[in-house]
Amino acid sequence: MRVAVLYSRVRVEEKLLFEELDRRGVAYDLLDDRELVLEIGGDPAAAERFRAYDVVLERCINHSRAAATLRILDDWGIPTVNSFQVAEICGSKLITSSALAAAGVPQPRTLVAYTPESALLGIEQLGYPVVLKPAVGSWGRLLSKVNDRDAAEALLEHKETLGSYHHSVFYIQEYVAKPMRDIRSFVVGDSTICAIYRNSRHWITNTARGAVSANCPVTDELHDVSYRAAMAVGGGVVAIDVVEDPARGLLVLEVNYTMEFRNSIAPTGVPIPARIIDYVLRVGEEAARTGASTLGATS
Amino acid sequence: MPLETSSGTAECPECFGDVNVEEVMESEIVQCPECGAELEVVSLDPLQLAKAPEAEEDWGE
Repeated sequence: MRVAVLYSRVRVEEKLLFEELDRRGVAYDLLDDRELVLEIGGDPAAAERFRAYDVVLERCINHSRAAATLRILDDWGIPTVNSFQVAEICGSKLITSSALAAAGVPQPRTLVAYTPESALLGIEQLGYPVVLKPAVGSWGRLLSKVNDRDAAEALLEHKETLGSYHHSVFYIQEYVAKPMRDIRSFVVGDSTICAIYRNSRHWITNTARGAVSANCPVTDELHDVSYRAAMAVGGGVVAIDVVEDPARGLLVLEVNYTMEFRNSIAPTGVPIPARIIDYVLRVGEEAARTGASTLGATS
Repeated sequence: MPLETSSGTAECPECFGDVNVEEVMESEIVQCPECGAELEVVSLDPLQLAKAPEAEEDWGE
């Protein structure tokens, strides 16, 4: 078994994954995306270096680099965790919402508009407050809770004037009056291995923004919605952000495909890096045995 | 294949304070205890730190 780990920089999570591979005596190479040069459609030998790997675990911090590399590896027939398909869907909240809707996964009402005028109409159609989010991004960055028309007009003008091009696609979501917490569940393959509450006094409940994590029991309802969300985006190793709506129950906000988990191991008691590596090795073993992945690691 | 790591003290490129690290590897992110800067390990021998890149728009999980 030969594994490669594609990464941008070594966070706590990557170090834990490397240590888990070391602990098992698995041979692996580290591929720094800052050093990669990939030739598309050129000499087939360009792909040979990568064909030495039974599986590539993707841990890039840049979505664009992750998606590009996964696409190329996928076209070369190299099994990856996660797949290009998963990265492409999860890398955009807009595409994720559409995939969740197609799979019938419950989520807050979400609208997309392309001009400030149509966005304002959409916002008022949903009713205040609403949340505007950039389609690409993480850690709660640039989320805006819009409480009234004055704020909506100002925000839309600022986004149109100051934002980069993808801020011109307005992703507008109903604000869910959740308790002062949300839930992050971790799905690996078919299992919801654990979940945490992210408690915060702020309406943004990312741990990157100071939310405090605590164990959340994986109920049948939580597993059901988490598993369905994971399958909607293509499965693999993903983290699902879930909110508790007082009337509708659990709603899925988004799915993360290169999740951080440093704050979730202690409260849950679940060895998340070990579970991830279990899955990665299963994909690699299956691919080595059959010549192609049957675990959904390649599209 | 154990990770190649290093332990010791390096200078923070932001505040020039001492940063003690244990078993770090290249590209690992550490934080300066004095100024709080995010730093990247760019060399193990000698142990050297550089300011980590600022978060980009598509960074995330």
